[in-house]
Amino acid sequence: MTDEQHPEAIRAIRLRHPWRIAVAVILIILVVLFVLDAAQRKAFGWQYVGKYIFDKRISEAALVTLELTVLSMVIGIVLGLILAVMRLSPNPVVKAVAWVYLWIFRGTPVYVQLVFWGLITLIYNSIIIGIPFVHTWDTIAIDWVPPLFFISVVGLSLNEAAYMAEIVRAGLLSVDHGQEEAAKALGMSWSQTMTRIVIPQAMRVIIPPTGNEVISMLKTTTLVAAVPFTLDLFGRARDISAETFTPIPLLIVASIWYLFFTSILMVGQYFLEKRFQRGTRRGTPIIDGDSVAPAAVGGPVIGGQGGTR
Amino acid sequence: MTDPAATARPMVEARAVSKRFGSNEVLKGISLTVDRGQVMCVIGPSGSGKSTFLRCINHLEVVDAGRLYVDGDLIGYRERGDKLYELKPTEAARQRRDIGMVFQHFNLFPHLTALENVVEAPIRVKGVTRREALERGRELLARVGLGSHANHYPAQLSGGQQQRVAIARALAMEPKLMLFDEPTSALDPELVGEVLDVMRELASTGMTMVVVTHEMGFAREVGDTLVFMDGGVVVEAGDPREVLANPQHQRTQAFLSKVL
Repeated sequence: MTDEQHPEAIRAIRLRHPWRIAVAVILIILVVLFVLDAAQRKAFGWQYVGKYIFDKRISEAALVTLELTVLSMVIGIVLGLILAVMRLSPNPVVKAVAWVYLWIFRGTPVYVQLVFWGLITLIYNSIIIGIPFVHTWDTIAIDWVPPLFFISVVGLSLNEAAYMAEIVRAGLLSVDHGQEEAAKALGMSWSQTMTRIVIPQAMRVIIPPTGNEVISMLKTTTLVAAVPFTLDLFGRARDISAETFTPIPLLIVASIWYLFFTSILMVGQYFLEKRFQRGTRRGTPIIDGDSVAPAAVGGPVIGGQGGTR
Repeated sequence: MTDPAATARPMVEARAVSKRFGSNEVLKGISLTVDRGQVMCVIGPSGSGKSTFLRCINHLEVVDAGRLYVDGDLIGYRERGDKLYELKPTEAARQRRDIGMVFQHFNLFPHLTALENVVEAPIRVKGVTRREALERGRELLARVGLGSHANHYPAQLSGGQQQRVAIARALAMEPKLMLFDEPTSALDPELVGEVLDVMRELASTGMTMVVVTHEMGFAREVGDTLVFMDGGVVVEAGDPREVLANPQHQRTQAFLSKVL
């Protein structure tokens, strides 16, 4: 009687996985061999790695890279949000402007864009006041030469805005259409509906891929060499190595710093995704499953297009 | 009271309202009136156009032909001479804010609490002070029996509770007309009663209501008129008890024999 109600717990012999263990052992041996080999190889110049890893010039350059990343991302996010809202606007003119922007900035490589921005003062060195092609009243020369850091931020953020716009747009579209309708039925205007109802809900879908974009941006900052701006981490490492003829150790130094930053960001990303992949905002328990807006549309997939823009 | 013409004017007047989606003609000339303080229930098979008609009343759908008036105002257009001018979005929004709407799937704002859902539009649209809106919001939640759930998020509420919050949210704008689009169709059977109770109470206060529903009991008990729609036309309309007990038209008979 009691046996039927409380059957004995199953105690089966576990399935063995001998191949996993074998492969793991082989891999460990290979890694150990690689490390031992690398430690002896002269070309790596480990003494230089140790010497330059905390060099003041390098740590300052690391800070510049962080500044480039943060500034470009902040501007990129704000501009991306504006572009995404513009693309979903009922106004066809506004929509077309956003479309053309995305077409150009997503359709050309960021490296090429940065070269262009670097040459901007050569292209636009004067303002012509008059009737185009007919009469010129005055030509004003532009004397201001913007700092290269400024140009780098402009180049990176304008490019980033185009990618952020797509992420934000996916987020906005993930919000159930009924939300917009309910807001409309209450007499809310389109801009009120966007800012108060749609955008807050879209954040759940927007934020995880935005974390990916930050990581991606940190690495994309190396391309500011095209401007040419060289006070960032990679630029500085190359400059030093050009003097000391130790390129490989300085590449390792730069890589360690990049890896250090991306590792921190990846940890942050992990928690962000955990936080935003819950069923609802604030992680409230779901009592009536029907009522919850359609589940997040595979958030993190949208981002990562890696460094090959 | 103040203006005898205004009280005599019907709340909703539809004149040959037509609507098509592409080649699909959903409404083929709907003409009907809802008087002040009346409850009109609209029934009919799915695809009969009843929800579309309801959505036309507050301009969520644009009418293709015919005229729709709410409280004497032409919906969606301004008529001057024999020309119609499209309303600006702000003007359309102004028309909508006097018309409350309750949706089949509630459409509560999931990122806001029940109380925040209720006060959002009065504060943003009507410019009511926050304090005043909160006070009135609490009253309304109490009225729909959810006074103790003010700080719950929609996901923490049952379907019936969510729909009651949605009704309170619509009432917060102090509408002169309430539209209900199958308000109980998405609910578990045991939750239907609590929503109907709130609607019944609302009807007893003299609110003008247009209710698209499958609840024949509610229609019989609360409705002043019952409209049976099929294929985009009004097939039969009249006193609910009459229509339900003694349908004149063959299509009404066929429909009622299936649902009753």
